[in-house]
Amino acid sequence: MFNYVRLWYRYFQVEVLSVPGKVIALFFFVFLGFLPLFANSPQILRILILAGIYAIFAVSWDMLAGYTGQVSLGHGLFFAVAGYAAALFNLKLDFSPWATIPLGALCAVGVGLIVAIPVLRLRGFYLAIVTLAFPIILTGILFAFPDFTGGELGLFGLSRLTHSRLLDTYIVYVVMLISVMVMYKLTDGKSKMIRTGLIFQAIREDEIAAKKSGINTVKYKLLVFSLSAFFAGIAGGLYAHFIKIVGPSALELTFSFQPVLWVIFGGMGTIYGGIVGVYILYPFMEGLRFFPLGDEIRGVLFALILILTLLFMPEGIGVWIRDKIEVTCPRCKEINLSTRTHCRICRAQLRLGDDQ
Amino acid sequence: MLVAILVNGLLYGGTYALLAVGFSLVFGVAKIVNMSHTGFYMVGAYLVFIASSMMGLPLLLSGLLAVIISALLGLISYKLCFDRIKEQGTAVMIVSVGLALLFQELLLLLFGGSYKGISHFVPGFVTMSGYQISYQSLLAIGVSAISLTAVWLLLSKTMLGIAIRAVAEDREAASLMGFNVSRIGMIIMGISVVLAAVASSVAAPVFTINPLMWLHPLVIVLAAVILGGLGSIKGSVAGALILGFTESMVTLLVPKGGYLGGAVSLSIMIVILMIRPEGLFGVVFEEERL
Repeated sequence: MFNYVRLWYRYFQVEVLSVPGKVIALFFFVFLGFLPLFANSPQILRILILAGIYAIFAVSWDMLAGYTGQVSLGHGLFFAVAGYAAALFNLKLDFSPWATIPLGALCAVGVGLIVAIPVLRLRGFYLAIVTLAFPIILTGILFAFPDFTGGELGLFGLSRLTHSRLLDTYIVYVVMLISVMVMYKLTDGKSKMIRTGLIFQAIREDEIAAKKSGINTVKYKLLVFSLSAFFAGIAGGLYAHFIKIVGPSALELTFSFQPVLWVIFGGMGTIYGGIVGVYILYPFMEGLRFFPLGDEIRGVLFALILILTLLFMPEGIGVWIRDKIEVTCPRCKEINLSTRTHCRICRAQLRLGDDQ
Repeated sequence: MLVAILVNGLLYGGTYALLAVGFSLVFGVAKIVNMSHTGFYMVGAYLVFIASSMMGLPLLLSGLLAVIISALLGLISYKLCFDRIKEQGTAVMIVSVGLALLFQELLLLLFGGSYKGISHFVPGFVTMSGYQISYQSLLAIGVSAISLTAVWLLLSKTMLGIAIRAVAEDREAASLMGFNVSRIGMIIMGISVVLAAVASSVAAPVFTINPLMWLHPLVIVLAAVILGGLGSIKGSVAGALILGFTESMVTLLVPKGGYLGGAVSLSIMIVILMIRPEGLFGVVFEEERL
């Protein structure tokens, strides 16, 4: 028994504690777990809940666009469809949020598969525009049939997740943690158990080569669309039950640009990029509301930050920091703290030109 | 009703065609997906509003000023933003989204979100089979037609046009033949913004202006460009006219069509792309086929 625990501790030490990025992630999540206990004013909890929801949303976009290269500009579609589906199940059939959120996410998967059909043959810019078209088509349909969908006002009066905001925060926190971990595993190219990460990245790098290597690219593209739609749908359902209103605002073009901006800011093609982006930008933007004039210049500041990040740190701020603190061993490809001169696993010299 | 459909279709179609041609030129020549293209359209409309309604300048002069100032703005943003990162396609696309958001937020900050109207260049209307057609719409249609012809003449008859087409066809070969590819990219950016500003200064008095007015034209322009085939000028004009007429017909014939205009246009785009992924006039290169 003791041996078993020690084995796990060794594994933890080698796999997590020696990799600076993972240590930071661990500290961050532990900090985030304790934060609601100490800072439980409703505004801060609200920001934490929404940041958690948006983190799931941004990471799901990153899985689709950053890893598989299917740059979708209409990701709000999945968010909105899940929100509307959850609202309809909740209001018309009186289901509890525990049932409506997964059901809403499954509806989003269905929509994701519908979107994937025309998109399968397209790439790059064409793909971006076709995905951008779907939310606008759905907006038109919603407005044309206002009896069922509430039209411009949307549906309101959804039941709350729980009766305390603190509990809501923890539910969103746990769901966010699990979703992000699952998405991290699914896109991990080095994983020895799950191959999807490697295959997604192969499709991004060269789809024809992937096809010629015997990968059923159609199957995996459908898979990534449904997975991404599922997690975006979870976020949408949580959002609907937290805000208690669903409306067409999630279908607007600017809403679909949000995850793109967060992920690009944090670093595209890295799961942590979306989280870094959301947890830096979103609280910052919300915090500006409390300053004089802050509310007016929020939008301008947001656009400026986006443009400047892209011009001066095109890789994103997360990747920029990672490159400062981590170095990959040239021989065994393991990650080391950048202050080391020799690899912690194979003792190879990490940088050329270092003495010893 | 027929007259209404025809006039509205030509009005929407002409405006969209001007925008789509500019977008298509920038994409074809400079390889920039300029999502802020309709942002310049919006800026042009607001400049006309500032010059005519707030400063009281004559309308023709304010239109001219709007075109010049937005062209300068376009060139500045090309130099400051696009030129630095033009190798990374996605980054350029996102920067242009950021630029459009910046325009939107600045205009929101300066003028608020309310709808504003600009007085017509030529007041009055003519009644044709029971439907009132304002002279301004006729002017907008005429100006669109003239500008499109001018672009066509520029591309097919002048040295500059030959240079532009050469760069669009093969950047490296054009560069080896002694064309300054970067400068041609800049010129084309200027031309495209001028087209957008012309479209906005003649069409804005017909519509109302507000800081979100770039979104709907952007979607239609993207759809038109894709529909016609990316990089094909003829295709962009055809796509824009198809979508303009679709929008005008849906708005006038279908109940609650005002909401459905964009949806129907985009559905047409998706259906055509499923049948013919390269668009109506597009060419598929063998290595790009999936």
